[in-house]
Amino acid sequence: MSGHSTYEPKTGFERWLDARLPIVRLGYDSFVDYPTPRNLNYWYTFGGILSLCLATQLISGIILAMHYDVGDAFNSVERIMRDVNHGWLIRYMHANGASMFFIAVYIHMFRGLYYGSYKAPREVLWLLGCVIYLLMMATAFMGYVLPWGQMSFHGAVVITNLFGALPIVGESITTWLWGGFAVDDATLNRFFSLHYLLPFMIAGVVILHIWALHVVGQNNPTGVEPKSKADTLPFTPYATVKDGFAMSVFLILFAFFVFYMPNALGHADNYIPANPLVTPAHIVPEWYFLPFYAILRAVPDKLMGVLAMFGAIACLFALPWLDTSKVRSMRYRPTAKMYFFIFVVACCILGLCGAKLPDDPVIPHVKTFLLIDADLNSFVWLSRAATLYYFGFFLVILPILGLKETPLPVPESIASPALSHPAGLPAHATAAPEMKG
Amino acid sequence: MADTAVGATTEPEHGNDPSRRDFIYIATIAAAAGGAASLVWPFIDQMNPSADTLALASTEFDLTKVAEGQQVTLKWRGKPLFVRNRTAGEIQKAVADDSAAMNDPQKDADRVKPGKAQWLVLIGSCTHLGCVPTFGGGDYGGWFCPCHGSHYDTSGRIRKGPAPLNLAVPEYEFLSDTTVKIG
Repeated sequence: MSGHSTYEPKTGFERWLDARLPIVRLGYDSFVDYPTPRNLNYWYTFGGILSLCLATQLISGIILAMHYDVGDAFNSVERIMRDVNHGWLIRYMHANGASMFFIAVYIHMFRGLYYGSYKAPREVLWLLGCVIYLLMMATAFMGYVLPWGQMSFHGAVVITNLFGALPIVGESITTWLWGGFAVDDATLNRFFSLHYLLPFMIAGVVILHIWALHVVGQNNPTGVEPKSKADTLPFTPYATVKDGFAMSVFLILFAFFVFYMPNALGHADNYIPANPLVTPAHIVPEWYFLPFYAILRAVPDKLMGVLAMFGAIACLFALPWLDTSKVRSMRYRPTAKMYFFIFVVACCILGLCGAKLPDDPVIPHVKTFLLIDADLNSFVWLSRAATLYYFGFFLVILPILGLKETPLPVPESIASPALSHPAGLPAHATAAPEMKG
Repeated sequence: MADTAVGATTEPEHGNDPSRRDFIYIATIAAAAGGAASLVWPFIDQMNPSADTLALASTEFDLTKVAEGQQVTLKWRGKPLFVRNRTAGEIQKAVADDSAAMNDPQKDADRVKPGKAQWLVLIGSCTHLGCVPTFGGGDYGGWFCPCHGSHYDTSGRIRKGPAPLNLAVPEYEFLSDTTVKIG
């Protein structure tokens, strides 16, 4: 997809196939000969890791569906855990795999944000990524409902009720989503159907995402487009080996959770069968939704809270047009870099706030920050401050900063800073790309 | 052959008449769009409550099971339903607050049946995001929703927190002094 193909069929069969379906040529051009910027660091390995996550979830999920019974959901999940051969392993892989998927996707997104990977000509690439993220959230939410425990049930109640905040149509939409007057068997059944469908839609959009990536080429830590052959290296072996190594390290983390703390990222209440008459005292979503949950709770009004939560995701879609800076990489934008790291911290604070009770004090045993009627020493006020920064970063800082700041000089080409690196190798040693991570 | 070819080019071109072409295009697109729309609706509407779900309309309940100061939670249309036998203190507190500032102002008398002020029947689903509030918590002596901190008073009216509306009172009637029919 990057101009002239250099694939040469070696055997008679390959020549025969190439004239009929050039699939080997497509693979060769996309994953062997494909030129990648020579300075890609380890933050760029998460695309490959995410493909691995998707494959893991698809395979383990299809197997779980062979044993799951939507009519006796809670008990069939327990049966998978206790009676199905290796069911415990496959279910723990699937449940923790979802968390691993989100860890990887958040790193992947922050990387794109830092290196300006959403700027022209990569807007469509970024938008497709946002669509994948939305589909992932929908899939993960519906998957969490399937065990039909207390957290599953009441999580489904809260999330579907979000749509009830819409004026006029809200109630009909929630009834339509439920297929009844409350979250019930009909709801579970359709969630199972959609939970099976959406991953394949993700896979479809991933193909578009990779297609768009191969049309515009990969961004890189300098944000400067490759200009000559000296700026790139072939995908194989350089990117394949680097991605493979990163995947191995990632799998160690994954295996650690699966084998040593498989329930650490879940919630104990979900091992209690769903009971519509009692809500658990402390209801929280899965960790990867906590920042958005904190934004929802930060706003005292129901409709505005829901709009703020969806607005937080809408900001991601609008990002290519909100950032006015011509310089892609924040490596050369010292002021933007500072605001970026505060943004990362704000997201983590929101995640923390989402896990706590709104009225709990941030600093224990201190009640001295009373301002009029508000106790500023509470998680709800901390989440309000972080929410303000979240939106401020996208809607105020990025648009204005791009016009006001003075960026550092951007290198001529990718090869020039890499080759003049003090610890670098002689100019002709292309076999040793810069390994800055 | 040549004759027919010449004849074909000099005749009025019915097949290439632009207005006829446009009409056929528009008619085809309109028919296809109409057909698609009428097929889309059944595929959307199938997700709405089915006939057997809608048939679960009403339930009867024997009030003698609830002692004064107690509350019974039933399941009605998949949702919890609170039947509370209020104490005189609770009623007094609710009536005293009738004119207090509220997000969804309503008099206590409008939330119970005349002469049956001790019986409060509520849908036990927080009007914020649908969690089940617990009695005895919160700042107003009524219900407290653990999910996002909404406080309801002893009449089930929203007093503090993100919920926009009072706990809903379902449609119900007294069949006798000790039996109610809900729905």
